[in-house]
Amino acid sequence: MSGFDATDHALLRHLAGDADQSAAALAQLMGMSQPAVWRRLRRLEQSGVLKGQRLVLDREKLGFGVTVFLGIKLSGKGGMLLEDFERAVTAIPEVQTVEHVLGMYDYRLRVVARDIADFERILRRRIMALPGAGDVEANVLLSEERRPGPL
Amino acid sequence: MPVAELCDAVGSTAAVTSRRLARLRADRIILGKEAIIDWSKLGYNVEVSLRVGLDKTQSRAFDDFIAAAREVPEVIEIQTFLGRVDVRLSVIAKDMTQYQQIYRARILTLPHIADIEALMQVARIKSDEVLPV
Repeated sequence: MSGFDATDHALLRHLAGDADQSAAALAQLMGMSQPAVWRRLRRLEQSGVLKGQRLVLDREKLGFGVTVFLGIKLSGKGGMLLEDFERAVTAIPEVQTVEHVLGMYDYRLRVVARDIADFERILRRRIMALPGAGDVEANVLLSEERRPGPL
Repeated sequence: MPVAELCDAVGSTAAVTSRRLARLRADRIILGKEAIIDWSKLGYNVEVSLRVGLDKTQSRAFDDFIAAAREVPEVIEIQTFLGRVDVRLSVIAKDMTQYQQIYRARILTLPHIADIEALMQVARIKSDEVLPV
């Protein structure tokens, strides 16, 4: 499965924090030759470990001051219902992520809004109108940090 | 997305697009770029969302808890909230056996936990994290 060694993990750790670094900069950082770094990066990409890159944006400067996580419990169960719900929820532009989970809730959503009033609009018009949506719990995000993980 | 594709998408020239990108970076609207790692490809097949309520009678509950959570390598995300949940941790593990070990040895031992509840991720249905600008 793995086949990735400590050097691969170190490369991933550097890239997780800053994906803008060139192969040359990484090579210097790691004390390796540039072609060696290049080969490893290609292998990480081709195997799908490096899935892509994500721009880190200042959400507030773009006018999205509020991020809310919603836990949603469906009011009924059944294959049709899940599919209908998933199709409808992924179509809402303010919904950034949708996770199907096991536990107190069935789905976990990440929703961005301009402010609390805007969030209320999204909640009432979009979320409450979703087919099968039952109990909804909202938690407003205050801070967030991504960690490098077990690398 | 390479600059060339971006130009096509927004219908602009390479020079204009590069200049705009540079300005978005200078204005600190684009803060940086992170690599997205597919943990399942590295053998981490379990992802659990732990929703933690803290003991708020302890004035340092948040600081102590978060500082200790940062020391757990399997914690890949730490978020704080206003609502029923105080802190949420995303924890990854290779399998349920390893998850159980991490949960008992590293998570339950974190300071000031009042209650904790787990959501196990079954599938990611959408994860573009694109802002609706």
